[in-house]
Amino acid sequence: MAERPLSPHITRYRWAYTMTLSIVHRITGVALALALLGLIAWLVSASLGAETYAAILPLLTGIAGKLLASLAVAALIYHFCNGLRHLAWDLGFGYERVDARRSAVLVLAVTLIGAAVCLYFIFRPGAGAA
Amino acid sequence: MSLRAPLARALHHGSAHDGVGHWLIQRVTAVALAPLAIWLLIALLSLPSSDYPTVTGWIGAGLHPVLLALTLLIASWHSWLGIQEVIEDYVHGFVSKSSALLASLFVHVLFAAGGVYAVLRIALAGGA
Repeated sequence: MAERPLSPHITRYRWAYTMTLSIVHRITGVALALALLGLIAWLVSASLGAETYAAILPLLTGIAGKLLASLAVAALIYHFCNGLRHLAWDLGFGYERVDARRSAVLVLAVTLIGAAVCLYFIFRPGAGAA
Repeated sequence: MSLRAPLARALHHGSAHDGVGHWLIQRVTAVALAPLAIWLLIALLSLPSSDYPTVTGWIGAGLHPVLLALTLLIASWHSWLGIQEVIEDYVHGFVSKSSALLASLFVHVLFAAGGVYAVLRIALAGGA
């Protein structure tokens, strides 16, 4: 392939925390792709009848299942909020450095609060009892 | 020095002219997914129990099968576009990249079809 000019690689730039949010958007996106496979596996197991579902349910209600669900929920809230941020940029809003940093902090705050609320519902007493 | 004609080089390394479409569909599926994702998250977290009758009853109730099927289809579409972007950025070499892209496409289509079938099966078995 012909040698083509390259844009400066990411390591050329001074780190800014908004860059971390950008890569985390990607990481949570990949995690959510896996979570989608898990959600579909859960639906398929329910469609296979009560016995099959009862056999896999401990995977879901066990501590590992709840931790994975918590990670998926946190990833979803982050990807959702930061996705709105990207959509705002696509519409031409929020490009100023101060705005981009403010919205970054807002995304993190909403993710933390939202994830905390969801974690309560995942781990509340009696949640997911079979 | 290459033996390939300039036209052949240009044809395989230039724009395929579908970049804007990819970009736009990624945004459109994101907008469509936003309300569906909130609905699904709140609904699943507020299920009183995750036992079989509760879960299948909820899946089959009212408009739930329609919304669930839509969520699965649009989420799979959005996921496929996103994973494609990640593969294109990080997987190098024609064979590896093409294989990864094909595998991702097949997995997404397979799971989307399986998920929608599962939802319909539960909904229709509920005696609608």
